[in-house]
Amino acid sequence: MPELTRRTALTATAALAAGAVAAPRAAAEDHHHASPDSFDEVYRGRRIQGRSTGGHHGGYRVTVDGVELHVMRNADGTWISVVSHYDPVPTRRAAARAAVDELQGARLLPFPAN
Amino acid sequence: MTVRKNQATLTADEKRRFVAAVLELKRSGRYDAFVTTHNGFIMADTDNGERTGHRSPSFLPWHRRFLLDFEQALQSVDASVTLPYWDWSTDRTPRASLWGPDFLGGTGHSRDGRVMDGPFAADTGNWPINVRVDGRTYLRRALGDGVRELPTPGEVESVLSMATYDMPPWNSASDGFRNHLEGWRGVNLHNRVHVWVGGQMATGVSPNDPVFWLHHAYVDKLWARWQRRHPDSRYVPAAGTPQVVDLDETMRPWNDVRPADLLDHTRHYTFDTA
Ligand SMILES: [Cu+2]
Ligand SMILES: [Cu+2]
Repeated sequence: MPELTRRTALTATAALAAGAVAAPRAAAEDHHHASPDSFDEVYRGRRIQGRSTGGHHGGYRVTVDGVELHVMRNADGTWISVVSHYDPVPTRRAAARAAVDELQGARLLPFPAN
Repeated sequence: MTVRKNQATLTADEKRRFVAAVLELKRSGRYDAFVTTHNGFIMADTDNGERTGHRSPSFLPWHRRFLLDFEQALQSVDASVTLPYWDWSTDRTPRASLWGPDFLGGTGHSRDGRVMDGPFAADTGNWPINVRVDGRTYLRRALGDGVRELPTPGEVESVLSMATYDMPPWNSASDGFRNHLEGWRGVNLHNRVHVWVGGQMATGVSPNDPVFWLHHAYVDKLWARWQRRHPDSRYVPAAGTPQVVDLDETMRPWNDVRPADLLDHTRHYTFDTA
């Protein structure tokens, strides 16, 4: 198996990010709505959040600085997002962090873009 | 007759004409429609829902037809142009002539991934990224950053040796040739190449990078090689599979073409070598 390295660009962009280290926020005030897999943190200067949106359809929303990131679950439980579509990672939080790495500070566009 | 050639063997004139035809499709707006179509399918194809372009048996015929559309568009600009293919198991470094300034240009700047040379560099003004998922309007690449190595000839061989085209559950969890070629399982061929190129090629709007077509032309050639290697193996499933395109079902977005119509590439083009 090839070694799947995390992006080496990480080191290059770390200097640009306001906070290079992931800093988990205190659990949101509406913790009674939070599912076990929800998250809310500042990762490399960007706020990433994931939470269930309720409803009977099991909706879930991942955002980067408040803009929704399109994510998708693979049959084996891994995740991808529209900005990293060929490189599965274990969790939605990992997909959000991979998106921040890929964006290198750029803003995400609401989807469907254009 | 259309002959698809290895990109490494193209003459200077063939490269020039290919680039000029691509740039003309971009200028006229026709290019971006291909990007939009691809992103629409990649966001909609899901493992447990309807799936057509990706993570399903029709990954190969869908991209074959998509590339035929694009090649015909190129030929409407310059009838001498055909799609070259990139054998990434052989031309496997950023120093390959593919990435030269006379063809696709090289990797991106380390700070922001911006491609700085070649006909598709943002500075030319000829290659705006319009169909995009983030604010950046310039072509980006990070050759070899997201994953260090492109697939080897031995890894390609190990996938070509799989005799079964595809298997239930007909998605990213499947065993068999299609899913190993697509890369959701095993040594990972097609997906890994997208990740190796990086930039827009690693995203749903991957056709923003012209190397998309050369990558998929080689994936398509591997399908043809697999067919010759396994003459008794067939496209499956044959019929009655919910959410999945069976052999004789039509495929979106065309709705007038079935996998069965696309199994024989020689009706449309041949390759320079076997
Ligand atoms: Cu595709
Ligand atoms: Cu692809």
